[in-house]
Amino acid sequence: MFSVLTDNWPLFRDGFWLTIRLFLVSGVLSLIIGTALGAFRVSPVPALRGFGTGYVNILRNTPLTLVFAFLFFGAAKMDLALPNPFWTAVGALTIYTSAFICEVVRSGVNTIAPGQSEAARAVGMSFPQVLTIVVLPQAFRAIIPPLMSVLIALLKNTTIAAGFSVVEAGSIPAAMSERGENQLLTLLWITIGFLILIVPLIFLQRWAERRTAVA
Amino acid sequence: MSDSDTLTKTGLVALTGVNKHFGELHVLKDINLSIDQGEVVVVIGPSGSGKSTLCRAINRLEPIDSGSILLDGQALPSEGKALAKLRADVGMVFQSFNLFAHKTILQNVTLGPLKVRKTDPKQAEKRAMELLERVGVANQASKYPAQLSGGQQQRVAIARALAMDPKVILFDEPTSALDPEMIQEVLEVMIDLAKQGMTMVVVTHEMGFARTAANRVVFMADGEIVEEATPETFFTNPTSRRAQDFLGKILKH
Repeated sequence: MFSVLTDNWPLFRDGFWLTIRLFLVSGVLSLIIGTALGAFRVSPVPALRGFGTGYVNILRNTPLTLVFAFLFFGAAKMDLALPNPFWTAVGALTIYTSAFICEVVRSGVNTIAPGQSEAARAVGMSFPQVLTIVVLPQAFRAIIPPLMSVLIALLKNTTIAAGFSVVEAGSIPAAMSERGENQLLTLLWITIGFLILIVPLIFLQRWAERRTAVA
Repeated sequence: MSDSDTLTKTGLVALTGVNKHFGELHVLKDINLSIDQGEVVVVIGPSGSGKSTLCRAINRLEPIDSGSILLDGQALPSEGKALAKLRADVGMVFQSFNLFAHKTILQNVTLGPLKVRKTDPKQAEKRAMELLERVGVANQASKYPAQLSGGQQQRVAIARALAMDPKVILFDEPTSALDPEMIQEVLEVMIDLAKQGMTMVVVTHEMGFARTAANRVVFMADGEIVEEATPETFFTNPTSRRAQDFLGKILKH
């Protein structure tokens, strides 16, 4: 069983390393863009709210494979110069995941009593201040568990990139099959690999929940 | 304050022809009201009469449908930076206190000066401690709002409003959510403020406060201002039928 892994170590190592990079880069970008979209959706400006709603409705309801296909093939058809496959995959993962993070942020904001933002507005804070100083810090506690679910989903979603010539962990089975290795054991090792990647996320969630726990 | 100041009648807050609907419900009907510098106006009336909405309209927490609201001669901007700037000059004390739950008592008071006025942190803190001292909760400065009693929280809320050096403070039923034994401690702080010449608009059911501290009582019913008078005239000799009914109901027992 171990020989499947040890004999093909560079393949596994490089594959998972790419997965980690895809996850980290798209994760950070999705958090930034998703939070901004969430802010749009609760903003006092109707145009921003409309944009946020439209974005979520379109991207959240499109299968991720289609988002990838649009970026990899559609964009090429429209003569849009795209950077390498890695960044194209990051783009697809980010615009897709942002829609989910937007909704997580918005649901967190909705858990905060309206009186909190009213009081903040009453002392003269601007909308961004109300959000970043008063509402989001309090909403964060409620956001942690669903946010982690979205991030874990993102981690697993990176495997779709394998179908678009990005040789991350999801592309290992195909390569192993060419080498005539045992498919079941290959899949088992990939599963273990993902479990190992998810463990730090679980600890991160525990830590964040404990840190934000109410006294 | 000198007599000439009170006589100029500038109208620090001036509402003209203000209308507001909640769907079908006409909650503010053609409201005209002018509040002078240093004046304490108590707004009373049965629940659902629109008095809270009137109070919240003055700093645009409730937008109005028509009419105008002037603050210190300036029209209320509709949104954005200009509105925020104007709100900084209008203190507000809410029925449910609305202290920032994730900030300490001291931070609750310094947050506005620090973030909105960009006051020097040392100075903001010093001033906040003075204000907390004044409302009698300085010894709770490092606690969180949930650790304080309702009366203490409301006094902190008053200190938070004062920290912005507001031109006027709006009180939206400040004692309605308090246990009876805590009402007095909050009213005392408010009476103190009134004596020091703070311009106040107070929506309340506390008739005792209206009698002691108000310059003028505004009685509202069904979204209209039905009667305006000095507290003495209003309580002893209300002219309108609805005010007589209302007072009959609340003063009987």
